[in-house]
Order: sequence, then C-alpha cells, then structure tokens
Amino acid sequence: MKNVLTVESVSKTYGKYTALNNVSISVPKGSVFGLLGPNGAGKTSLIRIINQITLPDSGRILLNGENLQPHHVLDIGYLPEERGLYKRMKVGDQALYLAQLKGMSYADAKKKLKYWFEKFEITEWWHKKIEELSKGMAQKVQFIVTVMHAPKLLIFDEPFSGFDPINANLIKDEILKLRDEGATIIFSTHRMESVEELCDYIALIDKSNKILDGKLNDIKQEFKTNQFEVGLACENKEVLLQDINAQFLTQNSPTLSFNEDVRLLVNLKEEESSKDLIQFLNNKAQITHFTEIIPSANDIFLKAVANNE
Amino acid sequence: MNKLKLIIKREFLAKVKNKSFIVMTILSPLLMVGFIMLMLFLNEKNSEEIRTIAVVDESEILTSVFEDTEATKYINLTSLGLDEAKVKTEELYYGLVYIPKNDSLKNLSEGISFYSVDAPSINVISSIEHKLERKIRDLKIEQLQVDIAQIKAAETKVSIASENFTGEKSSKVGSILRMIAGGGFGYLIFMFIIIYGTSVMRSVIEEKNSRIIEVIISSVKPFQLMMGKILGNAFAGILQFVIWAISAGLLMYLVSLIFGVEATTSSTAMGQMNPEMMQQVQDSASNNDLQIAFLEMKNLPILTIFFSFIVYFLGGYLIYSSIYAAIGAAVDSETDTQQFMLPVMLPLVIAIYVGFSVIENPHGPIAVAFSLFPLTSPIVMLMRIPFGVPWWQILTSMFLLIITFIGIVWFAAKIYRIGILMYGKKPSYKELYKWLKY
Repeated sequence: MKNVLTVESVSKTYGKYTALNNVSISVPKGSVFGLLGPNGAGKTSLIRIINQITLPDSGRILLNGENLQPHHVLDIGYLPEERGLYKRMKVGDQALYLAQLKGMSYADAKKKLKYWFEKFEITEWWHKKIEELSKGMAQKVQFIVTVMHAPKLLIFDEPFSGFDPINANLIKDEILKLRDEGATIIFSTHRMESVEELCDYIALIDKSNKILDGKLNDIKQEFKTNQFEVGLACENKEVLLQDINAQFLTQNSPTLSFNEDVRLLVNLKEEESSKDLIQFLNNKAQITHFTEIIPSANDIFLKAVANNE
Repeated sequence: MNKLKLIIKREFLAKVKNKSFIVMTILSPLLMVGFIMLMLFLNEKNSEEIRTIAVVDESEILTSVFEDTEATKYINLTSLGLDEAKVKTEELYYGLVYIPKNDSLKNLSEGISFYSVDAPSINVISSIEHKLERKIRDLKIEQLQVDIAQIKAAETKVSIASENFTGEKSSKVGSILRMIAGGGFGYLIFMFIIIYGTSVMRSVIEEKNSRIIEVIISSVKPFQLMMGKILGNAFAGILQFVIWAISAGLLMYLVSLIFGVEATTSSTAMGQMNPEMMQQVQDSASNNDLQIAFLEMKNLPILTIFFSFIVYFLGGYLIYSSIYAAIGAAVDSETDTQQFMLPVMLPLVIAIYVGFSVIENPHGPIAVAFSLFPLTSPIVMLMRIPFGVPWWQILTSMFLLIITFIGIVWFAAKIYRIGILMYGKKPSYKELYKWLKY
C-alpha cells in the first residue's frame, strides 16, 4: 500500500532536551493512523514538524513521496490541541480568512463554507463573533476550518475535547466519511476507546522514542497474552477447581453469570493451545463461556509504556 | 507574498474596525479643535466686556488722550473733583485715572494714579501709560519747538539679519521654526512607535491567548505573520494620522471662517492701542519677522526633512515594533511585559530628552552621538536635520539604522517563532537567549 506520509529517522532537540529521537513512521493512504503516547512524549513535536511549524534537526519527511516543501501546507489540515479562533472576529470572515491562507480563492472558500455550514446547521452563526458562541459551537467552526480545503492529510490532535457525546459522534462520523472520500487521517488522542473505534494503524511514542507501530490488529496479536476466560457449570466445584489448577495456571475472573458455578481466567503456556484447553474442560464440566482475552488498546498502551521504563 | 497581503489586510481591518480606534480617530481632532475654540471663545468673552474708566484730569491738557475704543469707554469726571469721582467710580466704573494739577510739563508725568476696586489688568494700565507717555512727549517736543514730523522722520528701527556662509539666512524666528519642524517630526515618530508598537504587542498576545496561533502558523510562516501584523498596524496608524491631519485642517479652516475676523483682532491682544501704534508695532516687529519666517520656511531643507522622515519613520517603527512583537510572543499576558518594557522605553525617552538639548546645541557631541546611535537616531536626527547636518552623518546614521533593523528583525523573529508556541512559562532573559539557539 502506498504511504501518504513517511517520517524517516527524525530527531529534534530543544537545547539539552531531546523531543524526538530517531523516530520513523509510515502512514498508509486512506488509513486512520493513531499517534499515541503519554503526555510530553513528543507527539506534538512530531506533528509540528509534519506541519512545518518547526524543522527537524535531522531526518526527513516525505509527503506522497516528495520531500516536505512549503507548498505542502496546502495539502494538510491540522487541528491542534491548543486551538482557538479570533474572539472578536465574525465566524464567516474568520473562516474565509483561514481558508484563503490555505490557498483557496475567495469564491471557492465561500462556496465550500456554505456547504459545511449548512451541513452542520450553523448558517445563522455566520455574522456572529466567536466570543458570542459556546465552546462546543466554536469547536464546530474550528473543525470546519480544518477540513474545508479538502486536504489529503488531516491531523487531529484530541479532536473530541470540548464536544458533548452527540457532537463528538457527529465529528467521528465526519472523520470517517472524510477517510472514505480518500483522505488520510492522523489522530492523536488519549482516549483509548476512540482509538479502538477508529484507528487502523497506530504508533506509540514514549520518551522521545517510537516504541511500537503497525496495524492495530497485528499489534493486538503481538500483545496476545494467551489468556482465556472460561465459564463452567458443574456439580462439584471444589474438585473441578483442583483438577484445573493442577493442569493450568488460573486466576479468578472478576465476573460471574447466573448459570455458572465457576469463572476463571486461564493462562496458557507457549506450547499449549486453546484446543487442548477446550478438550480438557469439556471432559470435566459443561462449558458455558469461552473467549480469548484480546488486549485493548488501553492495555497495550500501558504495557508498552511500562516495558519502556 | 499573497499570504502576507491577506495577513496585512486582516490586521488592518481588525485594527480599524476596533471601536476604540474609531472613537480615537474621530474624537481626537474634535477634542483638539474644541479646545482651541474654547480658548478663542474665552478670549473673545474677555475682550467683549466693555470697561468704563473715569478720568479726573486736573491738568486739563491730557483729557484729549482718552478716546473711546471698542472695549473701553472714558468718562470725564474732572468737574466732580477727585473725592466725589472716587465714590462714583467705586459704585459704577472699572477704575479711575487721576492726573493731578501740574504747572510744568516736566513734572506732568508724576503723581498720576489709577484707582480701582480690584487690581487692574496690566493691559489696561500699560495702554493708559502708553497713551499718556506719547501725549506728554508730543507736548514736550512742541514746547521745545521741534517739528514732530522731523522727529518721526529720524526714527530708525534696526533688525539684524544673520546669515551663514553658504548664504542661508537665519534668525531667531527661524530657529523657532526649525525647532518646531524637527521637534514635531521627532515627537510624531516617538508617539507612533509607542502607540502602534504596543498595539502590535497586544495583537500578538491576543493571538497567543486565544490559541489561534498554531492554526495560523500551520498555514503561514511565523515571520510572515509577524511582518503582516507589523505592517497592518502601521497602515492603520498612518490612516489615523492622515485622518487627523486632514480633519484637523478642515475643522481649523471652518473655525477660522466662523470666528475668523474677531479672532485675529482680539488675538493680537493689543485691542486697546490706537491704530497708529498698532501700525507701528506691526511695522517694526511682525511684518519683518513674518517675512523672515516665510523665507526661513522656504529655506528649510524640506526635501531632506521629508525624505529622512520617511526613512527614519520606517526604520524606527520597524525596529521597535519587531521588539514589541517579540515581547508579546515571549509572555502570556500583558502584565508580564513590564520587565521587558523598560529597556525598550529607555532609549525612546532618552532620545526625546536629548532632543531638547539638540535645540540648544544641534551640533554638539551628544547630539551627534545620539543621532548616529540607531535606537535613538530616528528621533534625534530628525530633530537635528532642520539645523543642517552634514551628509556623511545622515548617511552613516541611516546605514547603522538599516543594519540594526535587519539584525533586530532577525533576532525578534527568532524569539517570536519560539515564543508563540510557549505557554505557562514566565520567560527570563536567560530563557530568551536559549530560544535564539533553538
């Protein structure tokens, strides 16, 4: 698959502080790419370098195979985490100004803005000043301003902050729609459930280094714990537990359903397969529940960062 | 280039549409003209009041001096006698001139008194003194049997016209004119730098506080944004000054149409002099000096002043406003700017003070030094230029100004670029120095 963005061994230091150390990532075309990491890991530094706000000390960035050049700012839409609009400027004027800075003509910008304002049902805000709007309303305007020039690459830094669940959903749908229309999305957030929902690929940056990247499913495979949750119905609970514990490493599961007597988390060893476990259990009791525990993005995040200590 | 134009346009409109800008622009000339009108009005009211002055002339030869004028009426109360006249005057009139009986012309000037309820105005007294002096002099001349016409013919007025060796005439009036021209332009630059430099700084802080800055600089270079801001504010400022100049001029013209005639007569403050004297005073002083002043005005190096005003205005404003922009970028709020403001204000204030000494000694070492030093030269050199400055000094000063301008803008742009993305830190000078190396 073609990569829209390639970051090759980028390093950046501020005085003695290293913000990025030899970081490389590839963002495939048409994907939603989650850029994850703890606070202060270097995500914003990387995003600013991609936006040509700062320059890397070493390494290079390719956009669609070309070295990053000033005109590429037109191909990128960026919603920074620290965002805002001119408080005393009218919504319409402001959006037109920002669109023109992104290289759109006045007429073109006006047409596009009309489309988006109608879509978000905010046409009546055109002549209002930002300071007259609520925070959530201003965020909508901000989102429109980010996407209106239909860039090939969209970078969202915590796009859902400041939105209520309804509007967050609206924005999420719009992001996915933009992806379907051919845009590539880089998505930086701390909200792991939205990573789970949206991202195809992720990269994890911690302490200025990239510690993990790839397809989300592959990473989950990699972080597979070989742990299974089983629910069993039987007559003699004590005997059953003794038998299982003799064979496998187990721990109690936090949940139990009505028709079960036993619920366990079973950790299999490398050489053991789930088939062995099922066979074993099937002989001892009635299996009411059997699932492989797949690590959540949250688990992966915590584990990877802990391993990097 | 196109983006820079967009930024300049936005900054210009943001400034011009601001309510305080509109209020200031409209109100200032009105206030100024209103003030002048008030002064004229008060002056007029003062001189409209008709004073009645009683005269008791026991010598009986000076009575003819007291002729009524527009502002003053005289009443001869000689027949009543001094004591009765005093009582009457206290009740009814402004004052009483008493001339005692005197047989000889020689002593006539002695013992003349003025009685009044309140302390009399100096103008009134001196005008009466003038009248009496002239009359007594004429009488004495007559007694000496000298022809008054001959005396008049012998009267001479000397006014020394000084001139420098290249043929430029100079005079006291000329010096004042130079002071006004140089001081005015210097002060204009000073005011402009402070007002619009601060406005650039505020605008940077506003962008930082509203957090729009990162959105903008993902589309344009920080340097473009800074320059756009500086130029946009400058255009707004120039517009404001032009509006002030034009509207003040128009209003003054209107005022002079309405108040014109009275204003000129009353403002001479010589209302009580007789026409002959007025003529003489004008002949001797005003006319000559006015002529010289006009000549001087023509002789001022107007082209040099104009050209250097533009250079120093641009240079000075750009240097200081980029420093202001850097300060705005370095801080989070206007209250944090204090520690950086002093070093910026200091050279400006020094320049104005040096400017005063320039007027006394335009070519002294202090004046020369500060007119070369680029942080003060825009003000000090402009104050010196009307007095004539050698070309090498102007060129050196401009050269230094341009070099400094480039250096400061480079320096400010670096601070600006880093500062606009820094939040929550109260920067020290050490911190700023570190930013230069990022």
